[in-house]
Amino acid sequence: MMRPSKSHPLWFAFVVHRLSGITLALFLPAHFWIMSLALTNADQLDRFLTFADNPLVKIVEFCLVFLLSIHIFGGLRLLAMEFLPWSNAQKSLAAAAVGLSLFISGTFFLQAI
Amino acid sequence: MLDLKLYMAQRISAMIMAPLVLCHIAVMIYAVQGGLSTAEILGRTQGSVFWFLFYGTFVIAVSVHAAIGLRVIAHEWLRLTGFWLSTLTWVICLVLLFMGARAVVAVTML
Amino acid sequence: MTKPDPLHLDVTIRRSDHDGSRDAHFQVPARDNQTILDVVSWIQQYADPTLSYRFACRVGMCGSCAMMVNGEPRWACRTHVKKVLNGSKVHIAPLRNLPVIKDLVVDMDPFFDKWGQAEGRHHPTQTRDDPVPRIDPEGAQRAEANAGIECINCSVCYAACDTVAGNPEYLGPAALQRAWTVFNDGKNADRQAILDAVSGSSGCHNCHSMGSCTHYCPNDLNPMQAITGLKRETVKAFIRGKSNA
Repeated sequence: MMRPSKSHPLWFAFVVHRLSGITLALFLPAHFWIMSLALTNADQLDRFLTFADNPLVKIVEFCLVFLLSIHIFGGLRLLAMEFLPWSNAQKSLAAAAVGLSLFISGTFFLQAI
Repeated sequence: MLDLKLYMAQRISAMIMAPLVLCHIAVMIYAVQGGLSTAEILGRTQGSVFWFLFYGTFVIAVSVHAAIGLRVIAHEWLRLTGFWLSTLTWVICLVLLFMGARAVVAVTML
Repeated sequence: MTKPDPLHLDVTIRRSDHDGSRDAHFQVPARDNQTILDVVSWIQQYADPTLSYRFACRVGMCGSCAMMVNGEPRWACRTHVKKVLNGSKVHIAPLRNLPVIKDLVVDMDPFFDKWGQAEGRHHPTQTRDDPVPRIDPEGAQRAEANAGIECINCSVCYAACDTVAGNPEYLGPAALQRAWTVFNDGKNADRQAILDAVSGSSGCHNCHSMGSCTHYCPNDLNPMQAITGLKRETVKAFIRGKSNA
C-alpha cells in the first residue's frame, strides 16, 4: 500500500508534481530528437510540424504545457516553502498553482487552434 | 537517497530553470500562433548567441534536475540502490545532455 | 446494501503471527460512546484473548496505542468509533511502515533507532556547577523549539509518510522534528552535529513535503515545517562551508 486511504490536498500536490516530472522527463528525449532534425533532416521536421497542426496533437501539446506549468508553479511553491519564511497557506498556494497552470495552458491552447 | 549535495544540485538547477521555463512558455504561446514551421523556428534562433546560451543553460540544468528527480523515484518506487542507482542517474544525465546539446546546436548554429 | 445493524459493529482486524497474516472478523456490541481502543479491548476480553495490542494511558498521553483505522494512522484511544465507522464496518490494522510482531503490535525499534541517528539528543554546554542559563521564553528560537516539543513518539506521522514507505532508510518526520527542536534549544551546544546527522542519504533532504505527517499528527504538530527548517539551516551551513555530510 503506497498511501493512507484518505489523501489530502498537499499529498495530491506531491503526486501531481511527481507524475508531471516523470512525464516531462520522458518527453524530453523526444523533444530533443525532433528539434535536432533541423540539423539532420529539415524536411522531416517540417513534415512533423505540419502533422502537429492536427487537433489531437494540439490537445497533447496542451497537456504537456499544463504539466510543465504545474511542475514549475508547484516547484516554486516548494522552493518558497523551503527558502522563504514559513507560510501556513500551503494548500491555497497549491490550488493557486493549479489555477495558474490551467490559465496558462488554456491560453496556449486558444492560441494554438 | 538525496544527501545534501544532491539536494543542492536539485534545488539550484530548479532555481536556474524557473525564469527559463517561464520564458519558454511565453515563447511557445507567441510562436504557436499561426502554426509552426522549420523556417520560422530557425529564423528566430539560428546564429543567435542569446538563444544558444538560453537553451544551452536550460539543457544543462534540466539534465541535472531530471536525473536527480528520476533517481529518487527509481529508489522509492523501484527499490533501486547502490551501483545501479548511481549508474541510472549518470546515464539519464548524460543522455539528456547529449541529446539536448545536439538539439541546441541544430537550432542555433549552422 | 444491507442496512447497518445498530446494535453491532462489524470489526475486521488484520492479525499476524509466525504463520502469516489474515483478516479476522468480529461482531462487537455498539455503544453510544466508544473508542477504537474500547472495541479492541472488548474483542480481547470477550471474543479472543489471544489478540495482541498495546495501550497504556487510554487518554492520549502515552503514544502507545497508535494503529491503522480504515487505512489511516490514529490513536485508538482518541478515535471515536462513530467518527470512522463505514456503515457498521471498521477495519483495524497494525501501524504502517514498521515490522509487525504480532496482530496490532509493531516493533518500534527502527522508529526509535532513527531518533538516535538524527542526533535529536541534548549536547550539553555546561556542568552542574555552572549557573542555570537564562532562556527567553518569548524568543524566536525558543518558539521554534516549543513548536515541536509536545511530540510523544507515537509514530502516527511515521506511519503516514509515503517517503518512509518508499525509502525505509529515511529518518522520518518524528526524528527530524526532534532534531529541529533540539537544534533550537538555547542550551544545546553542538548544532553542527545535528545538521550533519540529518544531511546524509537518509536525512531531511529526502522529504517531499507531502505533509501527511502534519495532516495526521494527533497533537497538531507540524513536522513538515520543522523539516523545512532543517533543510534551510543545512543549506546555510553548506554555503558557509561547514557541512561534513
